[in-house]
Amino acid sequence: MSFSKTLVLVNCLVPGALLAWDWWRGQLGADPLNFITRSTGTLTLVFLLITLAVTPARKLTGANWLVKYRRTVGLYAFFYGAAHLLAYVWFDKAFDLRAVASDVAQRRFILVGVLAFTLMVPLAVTSTNKMIKRLGGKRWARLHRLVYASAVAGVLHFYLLVKADTTKPLLFAAALALLLGYRFIASQRQAPTSLGIIER
Amino acid sequence: MAEKIKSSEITDKRLYYGRRLFMRGAALAASTAATGLLYKRLLAPSPKQELPAAVREGAARGRWDLPGERATPYEDITSYNNFYEFSTDKEGVAGAAKNFVTRPWAVEVGGLVARPRTFDLDELLSLAPQEDRIYRLRCVEGWSMVIPWQGFPLARLLREVEPLGNAAHVAFQTLHDPRRMPNQRTRVLDWPYVEGLRLDEALHPLTILATGLYGEALPPQDGAPVRLVVPWKYGFKSIKSVVKITLVERQPPATWNLAAADEYGFYSNVNPDVPHPRWSQRTERRIGEWGRRPTLLFNGYAEEVAQMYAGMDLKYYF
Repeated sequence: MSFSKTLVLVNCLVPGALLAWDWWRGQLGADPLNFITRSTGTLTLVFLLITLAVTPARKLTGANWLVKYRRTVGLYAFFYGAAHLLAYVWFDKAFDLRAVASDVAQRRFILVGVLAFTLMVPLAVTSTNKMIKRLGGKRWARLHRLVYASAVAGVLHFYLLVKADTTKPLLFAAALALLLGYRFIASQRQAPTSLGIIER
Repeated sequence: MAEKIKSSEITDKRLYYGRRLFMRGAALAASTAATGLLYKRLLAPSPKQELPAAVREGAARGRWDLPGERATPYEDITSYNNFYEFSTDKEGVAGAAKNFVTRPWAVEVGGLVARPRTFDLDELLSLAPQEDRIYRLRCVEGWSMVIPWQGFPLARLLREVEPLGNAAHVAFQTLHDPRRMPNQRTRVLDWPYVEGLRLDEALHPLTILATGLYGEALPPQDGAPVRLVVPWKYGFKSIKSVVKITLVERQPPATWNLAAADEYGFYSNVNPDVPHPRWSQRTERRIGEWGRRPTLLFNGYAEEVAQMYAGMDLKYYF
């Protein structure tokens, strides 16, 4: 692995490592379990947005080498998402899967959150070079557009769970709208000239 | 070959790799430090509050514990607060409220009473002896604490102003002063924060006005200088930093009820059988504990308060 990739790999782990370290030292405030659940959720969204920022950043600046790091960042989004789900199932439900199922059935924000995570699973599974080859670039790319749906569901999940102050979820929503809006406009611009054959 | 490089000028292989290793190490250290700082800045919780010496001693002797239930540590009660007038971030309230000035302070008591009167803080404190009341506090969000309050029954204050026969409810209001309560500049809630009780609830001996915590003056983040505590209702009913108490006939408005009537009822009695629309109320996390405890009807005070709601459909009047 190249050094720069190692650099990205290690840096993405830093928030998780600090979270674990603060937990170990008892420095997560009055409700550490809730803190872990909240921050792993936030980190999932942060890493999803960074992943989604790669393509616009590449196209706007021409820094095509950025794509080298996208898989790592995307897998970290999955990793923090899995940690978030585990925190909920463990801390809030004590691994009582029936309670989880009834929660999913009854509470919209939990359903939407589970959906956001589930959509990431096939993307994580097909993230290896081997799987890209097996699926073929085009099909792989089409499959990986699921990340848009996952991010929308993730931000909606955040928005639905807050009590009154929607500032943070709306900030995430604005960033996501920007990143998805860029793609939409870019595709609209390309479409007429290439007669519907869009280079991605 | 044009010029011969003397072997002495060639960087030693070990040195070359050593330098590269050093540069890489530096890059790794610098970038992780930057990422770490960013994380600390944006996500990490703020440090806990200082512990007054007297509190530490009392807590060590178990002075504030309930039978079978330990008092929540002072640091947790004073660093984990829902007080939207200062911040919507529970861990940010203590910092935002630390310079909140609570003297002078006046509480205006009026409405349907024979002797309306404004009390300053010292008058309130001298109205009745301060009693220790160690109560469970159950937040509607699903966490709970055991809190050693000092205060006196609200009934004592109400007796002072002599409610009239047609007074059936009591309305409460928090200070409204965006210069002192900076988050009142935002519109997260409709300011000022208001709450209400039925008169019998207000007169119930468990209902107190609290002015102290752990034997110390009530800190700003916990509702200084005087707040309501109604231990069998969800925490948001126990309005903080009260400036106005008005006896009225009809059920008065309540802030969270106005914000989301389907989620926060006027009564808001703790009840494991009435779920919040977005989460179950069957269990709660006691702050400081690992697992979750079952939530008790009326927060464990059913014996004292249930008769006030006899015959009422608690799912309808939630």
